[in-house]
Amino acid sequence: MTEIIFFINQVVISGLVLGCIYALGAIGITLIFGILRFAHFAHSELMTGGAFIAFLLASAFAAWGIVTPIPTGFVVLPIAMVLAAILALGIDKGFYAPLRKRGAKPVTLLIASIGVTLMVQGLIRLFFGAGSYSFFENEPKEIFRIDTSALGSTRPLVITEPQVLMILVTLVSVIALHFFLTRSRLGKAMRAMADNADLAQVSGINTALVVRVTWVIAGALGCMAGTMLALDVTLKPDLAFNIILPIFAAAIVGGLGQAYGAIAGGLLIGFAETLAVFNWTMLFRPLNAILPDWAQLPSTLALVPTEYKLTVAFVILVITLLVRPTGIFKGASS
Amino acid sequence: MIQRSLTLFGGLFVLILVVGWVMGLPFTSSRLVEAAAYALIALGLNIQWGYGGLFNFGIMGFLMVGGAAVTFISYPINPDFWGSDGPMMLGRALLAFAIGALLVLAARQAHRVGITGKWKGALTVLAWFVAYVLYRSQLDPAAAYIESAGGGWVGGLGAHPVLGWLFGGVLAAGIAYVIGKICLGLRTDYLAIATIGISEIIRALIKNMDWLTRGTLTVSPIPWPTPLPQNYQAGGMDIASSLLLARAGYLVLALVILAAVMWLISRAYAGPWGRMMRAIRDNHIAASSMGKNVTARQLEIFVFGSVLMGIGGAMLVSFVQIFDPSSYQPINHTFLIWVMVIVGGAGNNWGALFGAVLLWLIWVISEPLSKAIFDMVSYWSTNVGWGAIPEIEARSAQMRVFVLGLVITIALRFAPKGLIPEVVKREG
Repeated sequence: MTEIIFFINQVVISGLVLGCIYALGAIGITLIFGILRFAHFAHSELMTGGAFIAFLLASAFAAWGIVTPIPTGFVVLPIAMVLAAILALGIDKGFYAPLRKRGAKPVTLLIASIGVTLMVQGLIRLFFGAGSYSFFENEPKEIFRIDTSALGSTRPLVITEPQVLMILVTLVSVIALHFFLTRSRLGKAMRAMADNADLAQVSGINTALVVRVTWVIAGALGCMAGTMLALDVTLKPDLAFNIILPIFAAAIVGGLGQAYGAIAGGLLIGFAETLAVFNWTMLFRPLNAILPDWAQLPSTLALVPTEYKLTVAFVILVITLLVRPTGIFKGASS
Repeated sequence: MIQRSLTLFGGLFVLILVVGWVMGLPFTSSRLVEAAAYALIALGLNIQWGYGGLFNFGIMGFLMVGGAAVTFISYPINPDFWGSDGPMMLGRALLAFAIGALLVLAARQAHRVGITGKWKGALTVLAWFVAYVLYRSQLDPAAAYIESAGGGWVGGLGAHPVLGWLFGGVLAAGIAYVIGKICLGLRTDYLAIATIGISEIIRALIKNMDWLTRGTLTVSPIPWPTPLPQNYQAGGMDIASSLLLARAGYLVLALVILAAVMWLISRAYAGPWGRMMRAIRDNHIAASSMGKNVTARQLEIFVFGSVLMGIGGAMLVSFVQIFDPSSYQPINHTFLIWVMVIVGGAGNNWGALFGAVLLWLIWVISEPLSKAIFDMVSYWSTNVGWGAIPEIEARSAQMRVFVLGLVITIALRFAPKGLIPEVVKREG
């Protein structure tokens, strides 16, 4: 039983947390791709920028002496999401809208998004330096240790408070997004525009409004993902820049333009990364008692060494592109 | 057009003189050598993107491959490794790799013995898995042995660095061939993401294969192809002039290679091959209906461009004499090159050359420049009573990234075709 609890601690919880963050990031990327037809690299900076906004708000709360029962990072999250959505709208207005108006190709927009990435990252580093910050300087990070000795385990089930909240918040926002996309008029308009932008326009859909709503959702969800990542680990200027490729991998594996695909892809990549570096001997160690001497399990039995954790996402990405370029859920192909 | 180019190059020359005057000759001479290597890399990207319209965002990977290649060829031989069991064990790993490759190839031919459809797919996956396990089972002990008892790492071959540059080109070509085979069927944004992913895989491999590249332990000093300053100093020369003379020698060699490459690719651009490439870039459907093999030609141009990147990456590593895999970053080694080509003018070799030198100068002087500006602002704000700006050194080092982003954004907005755009000739 100890082994299974260990497996849950090492793989199920951390895979789920990672998967939630990837999924939230990938939803933004996939929506922008569906509506505006370009790969938005600067999404990493929306995430990092959102996390820094949340951090500033949390610091302000701490300075004002406001004490909250749950981590301050989660309390300020709604405000930070609004600000990040405004930031996303501003970036679109300032950098992408003029290019779109000129009729620039998606490739040009992609390069422009890299320019935005560099500028925002430069600004963040200018103001915050290259060091790392923690949301938990003024308050303790609560860790739940659930006693599982009743099940015959010597090890407790360990999960931190931010992780529990993170999974809940992701679940709520995914359900909210689902209802928005399927029930509301605007959500339906968004899906229509993702399917065929010209047809949507001639049937009287306000495409400019849809574009704005896309940026609002992308900015808000990006901020949520960035803040939660910063709550789980630490906040640093290259927080999301390092994981933007796994997020792209998640969006592509799920099928670009498909919001549900992005969620599935995010969880898939998250679990694949944790499973690939998991040391299987820890789980199957009890088998050593019944296995003959020549077939004893080696001390480490992981699919790939830990240093290569991030490459797992790329390998999955490349295989997906080769075998099924449209992703699991058939994504946009133009 | 010609006049505009001449004015721009004249301006660049003046900028170099100003930088040389302000920052001193030793600084400027090093930067010029690096600029020559970056120009070579930018020409490589110009072939891929400007001629062929291919979206290669994996430049960092090719630069690292070039650097690792020149390290391997030109670094002195490591007798501890060759005297140990290491070569034998590596040979076995190579054999395992070959057997694995054969297994995979055999599984892919399974339809010949009547295994088709899903069964063939399952067999292929199984073959990949078996090959991977086989290779790892041989390589892991070999790597562990070499790193602990077998001399630490493989070492070099002690050959001339120029041979190393050539090998860098060849190795980059080989890797580009594999990547091209896998990815070139994809459309632009997918290709960009796939190449970034592959370059990250290459970086992770080179960084962690300590037995082959020494990984984060870094390799130095890597020899120069031309006499080092130390050689001149041994002849009784003072330090300043020996530095200049040695760098001038390196710069001449780099410029000779650059000029040769420039001549060759400009001829290729003007010739029938270049016309065909532009036809494929502008409308690959029309080109393929005229009987051009689009996929094969694109693979060809991807490999050619990557050769230049490999050579350029090798030249950079030779020049700084240290191969440090952790110093490679996508911003410094992929995005910077893209900004060079786009600002200079994609499709125009002189434009790419101009962009490379200009952007490299902007990249290196934006740090001291922003430090000077920060110092001024800090002085002013101290006088006003707001206090000084903290950590000016660290902050100005980060300004390079911002300046790079600003340059590309402005260029896309106001000169989307670049400063020296491609000249489209209309015949007849």
